[in-house]
Amino acid sequence: MSVPAQFEFFVDPNRCIGCQSCVAACSECDTHKGHSMIHLQYVQRPISVQTVPVVCMHCDSPTCAEVCPADAIKRTDDGVVQTARKPRCIACNNCVLACPFGVPKMEVEYSLMMKCDMCYDRTSVGSKPMCASVCPSGALYYGTRDEIERARPRSEPVNKFRFGNQIITTKVNMMVPRDSTMQHIDGQHIDVTAAMHEEPVNPSGMLENVFDEIG
Amino acid sequence: MATLPKEQDVLIDAFGPHLNRMEGRQLDTGVQPDKVVNTHCCFCGQQCGIQLKVKDNAVIGFEPWYAFPFNKGMLCPKGVKRYLQGSHPDRLITALERDPSSDTGFRPIAYDEAIRKVAAAIDRIQTAYGPNAFGVLSGASLTTEKAYLMGKFARVCLKTKFIDYNGRLCMVSAGAANKKAFGIDRAANPWSDILNADVVVIAGSNTAECAPITTNYVWQARENGGRVIVIDPRITPIARTADVFLPVKPGRDVALFNGILQLMIENDWLDHEFIENHTVGFEAVAEHVKQWTPKRTAEVTGVAEKSIRQAAELWGQAKTSFLMHARGIEHHSHGVENCLSTINIVLASGRIGREFCAYGTVVGQGNGQGGREHGQKCDQLPGWRDISNPAHREYIAGVWGVKPEEIPEAGVDCYEMMRKIDAGEIKGLLNICFNPKVSLPDNAFVTRALGKLEFFTVIDFFLSETAQHADIVLPGSLHEEDEGVVAQVEGRVIKINKAVDPPGDAKEDWRVIQDIAQALGRTHGMTFNSPREIFDELRVASKGGVADYFGITYEKIEANNGICWPCPSEDHPGTPRLFEPDSWNPIAKGAGPFYFPDGKARFNVAAYRPPAEDVDEEYPVILTTGRVVSQFLSGTQTRRIGPLVDQYPEPRIEIHPKLAAKYGIADGDMVTAESRRGDITLKAQVVTTIRPDTIFIPYHWPGRKSANQLTIAAQDPVSKIPEYKVCAVRIRKA
Repeated sequence: MSVPAQFEFFVDPNRCIGCQSCVAACSECDTHKGHSMIHLQYVQRPISVQTVPVVCMHCDSPTCAEVCPADAIKRTDDGVVQTARKPRCIACNNCVLACPFGVPKMEVEYSLMMKCDMCYDRTSVGSKPMCASVCPSGALYYGTRDEIERARPRSEPVNKFRFGNQIITTKVNMMVPRDSTMQHIDGQHIDVTAAMHEEPVNPSGMLENVFDEIG
Repeated sequence: MATLPKEQDVLIDAFGPHLNRMEGRQLDTGVQPDKVVNTHCCFCGQQCGIQLKVKDNAVIGFEPWYAFPFNKGMLCPKGVKRYLQGSHPDRLITALERDPSSDTGFRPIAYDEAIRKVAAAIDRIQTAYGPNAFGVLSGASLTTEKAYLMGKFARVCLKTKFIDYNGRLCMVSAGAANKKAFGIDRAANPWSDILNADVVVIAGSNTAECAPITTNYVWQARENGGRVIVIDPRITPIARTADVFLPVKPGRDVALFNGILQLMIENDWLDHEFIENHTVGFEAVAEHVKQWTPKRTAEVTGVAEKSIRQAAELWGQAKTSFLMHARGIEHHSHGVENCLSTINIVLASGRIGREFCAYGTVVGQGNGQGGREHGQKCDQLPGWRDISNPAHREYIAGVWGVKPEEIPEAGVDCYEMMRKIDAGEIKGLLNICFNPKVSLPDNAFVTRALGKLEFFTVIDFFLSETAQHADIVLPGSLHEEDEGVVAQVEGRVIKINKAVDPPGDAKEDWRVIQDIAQALGRTHGMTFNSPREIFDELRVASKGGVADYFGITYEKIEANNGICWPCPSEDHPGTPRLFEPDSWNPIAKGAGPFYFPDGKARFNVAAYRPPAEDVDEEYPVILTTGRVVSQFLSGTQTRRIGPLVDQYPEPRIEIHPKLAAKYGIADGDMVTAESRRGDITLKAQVVTTIRPDTIFIPYHWPGRKSANQLTIAAQDPVSKIPEYKVCAVRIRKA
């Protein structure tokens, strides 16, 4: 049983609405029932409703596994980095501290590191992960590259990330807008007052962005 | 005597809300379910398909239903955790009788005894004061079969004119406007028409939180090159990435849409051929909107003139479009005008009745559509027939086997019923699927009114805040404990399938209603043996009406993943898209696609009126109310589901930093908001995503956390929807 090679995982924070459906569904997964492994946070709620979901990126050379002194973390041949193995994990927290994406969680009550395993019980038998199944905005998507490229021409999947001098390639892709000038209303000026009649309009704010685009 | 039998905290200790979390078999990983039932979510009008896993007559979990086309397995957090409402410690499994001398305020009694007591009380009140002294409140989360049965029960069995339902708080402004403009009240298009729209306009809909699945359709339209215009006083998650955002001042939507129409006219962004051939009334509307210059529109709506011009330009020049709206523009004392003003810009564009040329309201409740079609509204008979129309009365009298004159006349809306209870005209009340003590505005008045009832009975599965006032509580059925149909947001009739049997003495709601009829000795027309039998009568009752279900069968629904009404015959495929050119309907009879004798749609002059209670020196801040993604309506179910409560445990006051600074309020401070009707003290959430003249409080909570302590009972004169979206308050640091 392994995850079929043609199926990939795509994360598009641009689409995220912060509903926490993924968080709710993650705890329904049979491999870690009752525990949610996904992270979903506001970036800066005082000025925006932007949220970002973080699943395990399933690195080709997983830092978490590299720093594990007990060799508890395995990456299977299908590219999925598995959660720590209970008999080996010594709850040292190395992986939690080292992961560049901040994914692993230390479950103190079990003395065990747990993290997203891409719903291995589901994906290894041809089904879809819980979070990407339920996500109502398509911010989390599981399917073929062909499907996503056809459905989402405005973005491209990226799976290479730089952290300082470390370059990491991952099994999971982030969707990045192809047009780097694309603006959202909260791109530069996130205050409602920018679009109000009574308030001074920030010249670099949303109105100009949109107007230029249309013009 | 429908006052609380015990202090609130005693009732809460005994009956909840308690939080249900995953435990026991819900946490076991190896359990093989006995069966997996294809059904739908019990919450909002999207009615997402879901599969419930059942073991030993208990729902133990869910599986995404990938094959259901509307949501393809997608669910919001409410859908994911909905299964935790089953096997809940608060579930009512016996009938209860009010008993202030008992420890909990209620004592369990035998079901049959409870039914006898309810029937005796109805008989006593109606004998003493006349049939209209007993009223019925119903709800739009019931299946269509039950909604139909409630209307029939009130008119045929109780012979009372006083029945109304909680869709009064939800769909009625859109419904009234749709009837005035199109002659029919249903979303005009399937949601697939969002996908390739050039422009998607979202007016007063917190889509991402209240109809989360629709988000994916909107984002997909954007991937396909569409632009998104959002109209809302707050930057909600759907607004965050909009192309144009119009932060309208609450209560000024008519001005905004009139201003946009004026710009369409000025720039000749009109479909003259469509206006000429398929509409009437354009000239009067054009004349009326002349006063709505961009400058004046900006001044009244509080939206920058430039943004209004951008929106008008995008809308005016689009080739295809989807305009949707929800309670944000509907919950007003001029909610019908708000909706009419949006319809005017749709008609002026000519973009309706074709693929990707669309208009629709985003239904709130699970059966917000079907629940408003078949006769539980105070002025309506099945098939969207009119209770004051003699021909309609005669047809339905024939189906029901009664004389037309035996059908009562129109009653009044649910809030007016509360006023009649307060005035002593209505003495007894049966309530199902409605939690008015939390959901109606100015709820101190509602509590006072309920306390005056001589007899109050509630059918429910949990002891809601309203049910706490009951003399007799009858244990009804949860969504997964019965079968029947609902009509979702697109007007698609879908099938709710039974997963488990009601526990203990609880019974399917339609059985409870019929048991009361039997105990009253008024069994005529109240002897159905199954929802299917009710549905088959409903099909006949709706035949020839605007909401024609005659051609819909359970089997046809299952085979097609739903059938959109109207569907007049069994060989008819249903009608996913209304108003297609050359389409036939029973009103126009071929004269045109709209549901009027001439087949033409109506422009309606929508005159701007300020809200019923505008801000002043004493109460200088606007309060607007709404929902959060993890709670649903009055929270009877969702406040009992642990993970949903964890996500947003209690209401907060959203406030802009500018307004907060004026009162020395910092994020996290306790703040008191006070209206002329009540006050509330909650934690402040200081955010730049709301207008600085407006605060927002979600309304899902009861008691001292209820936003409806503050809201005003002003109502639209036509739809009777309350003005939840605007009232005047003052605030201070607590």
